[in-house]
Amino acid sequence: MIRTEEMLLNVGPQHPSTHGVFRIVLKIDGETIIEATPVIGYLHRGTEKLAENLQYTQIIPYTDRMDYLAAMTNNYVICHAVETMMSLEIPERAEYLRVIVMELGRIASHLVWFGTYLLDIGAMSPFLYAFREREAIINMLNEICGARLTFNYMRVGGVKWDAPDGWIEKVRDFIPYMREELAGYHDLVTGNEIFLNRVKGIGYYSKEEALDYSLSGANLRCTGTSWDLRKDEPYSIYERFDFDVPVFHTGDAWARYQCRMQEIEESLKILEQAVEQFPEEGPVMAKVPRIIKPPKGEAFVRIESPRGEIGCYIASEGKKEPYRLKFRRPSFYNLQILPKLLVGENISNLITILGGIDIVLGEVDG
Amino acid sequence: MMEDILYAQPGWTHVAIFFALGAALLMTVLGFVTYAILAERKVLGFMQMRTGPNRVGGRFGLLQTVADVFKLLIKEDTIPKLADRPLFILAPVIAFAPAFMVLATIPFSENMQFADLGVGLLYYVAISGISTIGILMGGWASNNKYSLLGGMRAAAQMISYEIPLVISVIGVILFAGSLNLNDIVRGQENIAYIFLTPIGFFVFLISSIAELNRTPFDLPEAESELVAGYHVEYSGFRWAFFMLTEYVYLFAMASLTTVLFLGGWMPIPFLGFIPGMLWFGLKFSLVVFFMIWIRGTLPRLRADQLMGFAWKVLLPLALLNIFVSAAVKELFL
Amino acid sequence: MTDKNEQNPNEGLSIEEQKKKAAAEAKAKALELAKQRQAEKAKAAETTEPAAEPELTKEELKKKAAAEAKAKALELAKQRQAEKAKAEEATVPAAEPELTKEELKKKATAEAKAKALELARQRQAEKAKVDETSEPELTKEELKKKAAAEAKAKALELAKQRQSEKGNATEPAGDDEKAKAAAKAKAVAAAKAKAAAAAKAKLARETGGDTASEPASDDEKAKAAAKAKAAAAAKAKAAAAAKTKAAREAGGEPASDDEKAKAAAKAKAAAAAKAKAAAAAKAKAAREAGGEAPAGDDEKAKAIAAAKAKAAAAAKARAAANAKGAAAEPAEEEKPSPNQPILDTYIKVIKEHLGEETLEDAYINRLSKDVPTLVAKPDTYYKVAEFLKHNDQLCFDYLSEMHGTDFETHFEVYNHLYSYVNRQSVALKVKIDRNSAVTQSITPLWAGANWPERETYDLLGIQFEGHPNLTRIMLPDDWVGHPLRKDYEPHDVEV
Repeated sequence: MIRTEEMLLNVGPQHPSTHGVFRIVLKIDGETIIEATPVIGYLHRGTEKLAENLQYTQIIPYTDRMDYLAAMTNNYVICHAVETMMSLEIPERAEYLRVIVMELGRIASHLVWFGTYLLDIGAMSPFLYAFREREAIINMLNEICGARLTFNYMRVGGVKWDAPDGWIEKVRDFIPYMREELAGYHDLVTGNEIFLNRVKGIGYYSKEEALDYSLSGANLRCTGTSWDLRKDEPYSIYERFDFDVPVFHTGDAWARYQCRMQEIEESLKILEQAVEQFPEEGPVMAKVPRIIKPPKGEAFVRIESPRGEIGCYIASEGKKEPYRLKFRRPSFYNLQILPKLLVGENISNLITILGGIDIVLGEVDG
Repeated sequence: MMEDILYAQPGWTHVAIFFALGAALLMTVLGFVTYAILAERKVLGFMQMRTGPNRVGGRFGLLQTVADVFKLLIKEDTIPKLADRPLFILAPVIAFAPAFMVLATIPFSENMQFADLGVGLLYYVAISGISTIGILMGGWASNNKYSLLGGMRAAAQMISYEIPLVISVIGVILFAGSLNLNDIVRGQENIAYIFLTPIGFFVFLISSIAELNRTPFDLPEAESELVAGYHVEYSGFRWAFFMLTEYVYLFAMASLTTVLFLGGWMPIPFLGFIPGMLWFGLKFSLVVFFMIWIRGTLPRLRADQLMGFAWKVLLPLALLNIFVSAAVKELFL
Repeated sequence: MTDKNEQNPNEGLSIEEQKKKAAAEAKAKALELAKQRQAEKAKAAETTEPAAEPELTKEELKKKAAAEAKAKALELAKQRQAEKAKAEEATVPAAEPELTKEELKKKATAEAKAKALELARQRQAEKAKVDETSEPELTKEELKKKAAAEAKAKALELAKQRQSEKGNATEPAGDDEKAKAAAKAKAVAAAKAKAAAAAKAKLARETGGDTASEPASDDEKAKAAAKAKAAAAAKAKAAAAAKTKAAREAGGEPASDDEKAKAAAKAKAAAAAKAKAAAAAKAKAAREAGGEAPAGDDEKAKAIAAAKAKAAAAAKARAAANAKGAAAEPAEEEKPSPNQPILDTYIKVIKEHLGEETLEDAYINRLSKDVPTLVAKPDTYYKVAEFLKHNDQLCFDYLSEMHGTDFETHFEVYNHLYSYVNRQSVALKVKIDRNSAVTQSITPLWAGANWPERETYDLLGIQFEGHPNLTRIMLPDDWVGHPLRKDYEPHDVEV
């Protein structure tokens, strides 16, 4: 009699497709997954504990290391939380600079996702194309803040450095270039039959499940829920821009792919308008005390990062260090649904589904 | 020349000559592999808008692969503690030997052939099937779950794709009326079989890529899923043997495609002054380039899709090809 | 890194240098100017001072203690006086113009001394306990005199600041300026409230930016004075503006001040004690915590502001909004939050269905974008959460954030819920006893709470009953302790 045996397979913590030190313990029968148990924490650095002994400005570099693919939004969320508590007015120019760098960061992040996702699925070239464009963005960000990945650019009350001469023009030139390249991606990948077969109908979840599991970002919008904090709870100056929130209804990896690709286009739209409206002159830093002390109390703010809702909770005692700092890290929440999605799938789909959720391990592990 | 020696009285001289020729072929093949790898990296680099190797051996990186092979040679030979030692050592050999053996029947030009077998095509198909055992053996003997999965995938895939591969060639055999590869080439003096059995060529090409475990059918070693598949535990020169197998098969398969469908050494009309060897090389390079191109473009299939594709698409197409070829032969030739 | 260096220029100094500096500082305290310039550095140096102090002779210590004692007495008197001063405020501006230059000078000197003492006291905060005994040495009269002098000087100080746009306190208190300032002060006193409010608001902004370069104590006094005068001018607006300023400036004060202020705040809060009265006290405490030594003034100003709130003008509203230090209640009185009706609905619906006793507290969190905040009782936490999710009117179908905090007296679990149906947020909190940190899991309601609850368990040690898999998630299973607890001691076998 033929008998099959279950096998335990450790995917990770070192594995090409777990995008960092993430581990899933699979119980498999042949290649079919019976049970999946994610194991995280390999990159846990205790940011929240460290922050309790740091001044607010000193915490900002730590946020760079959470979602290291879109560090600008992380910078922003903590600054935004403190500014909300202190109800600071941010200078116009600083607001525009923030929006521009955040949207550039969003595009860069989605490009990395696009590239690595295709690499997961087995196509090598899109990765290199995406990284070429990302390089252009990274160079621009490097020019404005002197770092390519861990920017440490924003401060409570504004941004650290003003844009160098000609920087805005570079951003302006980048927009049509990126649009052109994006069309190229669609030619190369979006219509590809193999690709479509790999993503369509894979990793499906319903709208209700998405809400139940606290998913956010493209992972939520792929189920037909229109929810983008830039639109629905506008922060910074996002209400000034005209852009759409891409929403898809199929709830599978294909919808998530389309969603993110379209978000790049929407970000380009925002960039276009931001560059157009960019104030000629003005300070980039509000008048803030040298030592920042939010008043006693607590605040929770959330903004839209490329991966979803990133939030920051601060409990302040009115001192220069936070009493408690907590980040709502979208990757951490989004990853929760993974074990549920994996049951009954095979190992190839595991990679497609995991990649489609778009996690950054620095963020998952805090 | 070969024929004469082959049919002459056996003697030590002949053995020596054969050995020398075999060694020469091996060197040629190794030279090809060396530069095929370089070419692949260069072409991929070109397609992906980067430079590719450009340090070792001048600005074209001509000695890059040589350096790589040298590194592999001097690497420590590691065998996992719990591996099945004899099988682990044997596997790369079993995988590689058939790859080299199949080259014997390929006619590179009118005279350049080692063995003119009557059943040359059948020989090729039969021998190349043995490599699957080597790969499966390597996957099993490593005592690693990833390599086991890779080995299983390889076995399933190679057996599945051998069927449409063989059936798609039946059209060619019908036209040539022979299994002898020389006869098949000569049969294409006026028109290459690619034009007579386009469906057959299409099925053959896809199946051959699958047989070669190349993208988009590189599931057995799917890097992003199984890390490195069946050879995940191999390192040093044992690993190099698996790589060698892959590229020698690329060489053999491209040669076979050239012979079966592109007219082998036959020149295209009015360009007969160019030697057959060059024609062969040209067509052969085209096939190799095409395979690299595919690799630079397509994502990977999923295991179940791969099986479905073989049995549900390629096999019926190959069967249809037999009827179409028979009809073409009956009606037009 | 650059920021850090800017803030701690003394870090790189050797101990001797630090010692020298500490000594120099002690002497220089009497000198207003020097102190002002050093204010920034002093802050940074505070951390290093305790190390240097033990090497001072006993005599020095005694001397210091005495100085402190005086300072404390002054402080206390000031606070007490301030209350009286409020009553007298109407007369103060009127009295000012009659002061001669000489008087002003005298007062200024007196003030300078007081300030110096105060600074000394601040630095010695930790040793302050010794001082209590020496307090009675000063007679009440003396204290009163001094306090009165200060109050006036403060008024002048403020006027001066207003006059010079940047309010930079690097200037010594020159006579001319004082005279001018006095004149201005008069003008302001005479002027109507709006003008004053506007001017102060402006000043507040500027000072907000310049705090770093301003001497701390000056500001506070000025603030206090501002309040006093504003009250004298009989408009709450001014007070509110001043408050804003206080709140802003408070951001820049040294930590030791905070602690003391907090202690005072706590004491007062305790006195104010119960229930809703306590809530009000908390609000004050919040402000004081951010604020400064002359807490009494602050509170009074606030009280006045609250009393006059009904006449709130737009300017004041803005000031109030700016005064983030203010907790919910007083602010609400001034101008109800747009989310207040929403909160009222929540409370109403919950009380209708779950009874009166379900919620411990419910308020609008002004600091957090006016989010309605519900505090459930430990035993009703799950019930409230369940109700919030399943009630048709509320329908909070999305858990945005879930975490816990160690507040030392208790643990608190914070949930940020969102309703996609109504497009509304609510924060649901529950306070848990620290000794038996157990609460119900809400994972059955929102699957998204699964990992956050595990994280909370891992880092804080709060047990969630009914959680499907409550194991450590970030740390290894054999980890000892829960790092985010405030009393966490790292357990390291290798050390």
